Amino acid sequence: MSHYSLPRLSLRFFPIWRRHWLVWKKIAAPSILGHLADPVIYMLGLGYGLGSLLPEMGGMSYMAFLAAGTVCYSTMNSASFEALYSGFARMHEQRTWEAILNTPVSLDDVVLSEILWAATKSLMSGVAVLVVIWVLGLSHSMMSLWMIPLALLIGLAFAAIGLIMTALAPAYDFFMYYFTLVITPMMLLCGVFFPVSQLPQGFQIVASALPLTHAVDLARPLMSGAIPPQAALHIGVLLTYTLVAFYVSLVLFRRRLSR
Amino acid sequence: MSSAVIRATGLQKSYAGVRVVDGLDLAINKGECFGLLGPNGAGKTTTLRMLLGLIEPDAGTAMLLDLPVPQAAREARIRVGVVPQMDNLDPDFTVAENLLVYGRYFGMDDAEIEARIPMLLEFASLTSKRDAKVPTLSGGMKRRLTLARALVNDPEVIFLDEPTTGLDPQARHLIWQRLRELTSQGKTLLLTTHFMDEAERLCHRLAVMDNGKLISQGSPRELIEQNIEPQVVEVFGETSGQWANEYAARFSQRFEVSGESVFCYVQDAQPLVAHLQAQSELRYMHRPANLEDVFLKLTGREMRE
Repeated sequence: MSHYSLPRLSLRFFPIWRRHWLVWKKIAAPSILGHLADPVIYMLGLGYGLGSLLPEMGGMSYMAFLAAGTVCYSTMNSASFEALYSGFARMHEQRTWEAILNTPVSLDDVVLSEILWAATKSLMSGVAVLVVIWVLGLSHSMMSLWMIPLALLIGLAFAAIGLIMTALAPAYDFFMYYFTLVITPMMLLCGVFFPVSQLPQGFQIVASALPLTHAVDLARPLMSGAIPPQAALHIGVLLTYTLVAFYVSLVLFRRRLSR
Repeated sequence: MSSAVIRATGLQKSYAGVRVVDGLDLAINKGECFGLLGPNGAGKTTTLRMLLGLIEPDAGTAMLLDLPVPQAAREARIRVGVVPQMDNLDPDFTVAENLLVYGRYFGMDDAEIEARIPMLLEFASLTSKRDAKVPTLSGGMKRRLTLARALVNDPEVIFLDEPTTGLDPQARHLIWQRLRELTSQGKTLLLTTHFMDEAERLCHRLAVMDNGKLISQGSPRELIEQNIEPQVVEVFGETSGQWANEYAARFSQRFEVSGESVFCYVQDAQPLVAHLQAQSELRYMHRPANLEDVFLKLTGREMRE
């Protein structure tokens, strides 16, 4: 029963995932709008506005360049918001976790369900943006269907990382550090709006360690119909972030909730 | 094997070097309503959490339904219901959805839970509120729903952490009535409270806890008989302090001064009452000793923060 023991997972996470799903169904319409509005407005605004000044970027139209980045950062954002704000509400404010932990469900199951649920939200958000991209004709390749499992993988990684913050948070205000010091820099450094190669050397090294860079490196070729170079490396990095962050967040939650 | 469904032996837990539970021994029998009393910070909730297998004791053992916890907590909790101290119902759900979703955590299938919902709603007097959202319910209704939720898996043992705190008298009485029904169905109840009237009405046996230790145990009547004189005379008035200095020791076996009140504990109240009738500036109240007197004697009158 050490805090550091490996996760003991069971299928009992599934009723918790269904609970989150039932809550989401009640607010589906505003939630889908929220997933879509912000990334699509950025993509169209920058794509048309800035895109008209730039003949191409990375060998494609700026709008198409931006489309791949937009799917990645919107999935990152929806997993992060879910894991931080909604996760904290369930753990701390609504005491949903406390209620669940009084049943035969363990904390490991609860944390697993949080990660899977946040990744589910990412998947929905990624697919919603993809549908817009397909409808606008910004991606024609069947390879872009691989973006669906990629959205899930991005969601898992950022959900797990975000839950570390949730486990450490004394209050909601704490999350502002994470968004301004981690999420926003990633949006600007990881190749969402322009190629990483445009950055000074030092920033490029930092960017190469960040998970969103690897997500974008997978997404952009897929959207234009190519097999991503070094795909195994990028997938490996995202999986490693997921597994390590899941374990770290679980240890932190065990410590936090052991009183 | 024993008949105890909840058993703690030498249970111990410290937080940041402070012993919150200190060598606790407890045995609660099947079908019993057992009350754990104590001031805030006495270690009641920590004890419940250890008995449920939610936290690991530093020393000692806990058995719940003949299963060691926390090692076999999952198996044990399938047969246990919990009413927590603070409401943690799902605010996004209706009354019936709360029960359905909670039943799933026990591995019950939807048909099995749906079949129990009408009976649970009736028990909680919430049949007409089946489709109401949780935030529209009153405090008493929320508590009853929490109680119904704890029964969704038809538990053998029910843990209740301060089940009526914050409720008005009508709501409290309805909860008490329901808890008595559960006891008469043969369920085992372990509840914490700091309402002495609640403990006196509901519990077959009580244990008073302070600073992590059990300091007295028995039926409500036994606790009163063992710990305190049978009669109490409370004396009030501006001059009560002065009166206490001169007379209290003469007329009572034991007395306590608290502000402008003097509590006199006596075997026979007649001489004291006769004396007080002649003191026009003092008011008094003569009553039999109750559990609250025992509680205050055992745990002291000073405030706990």
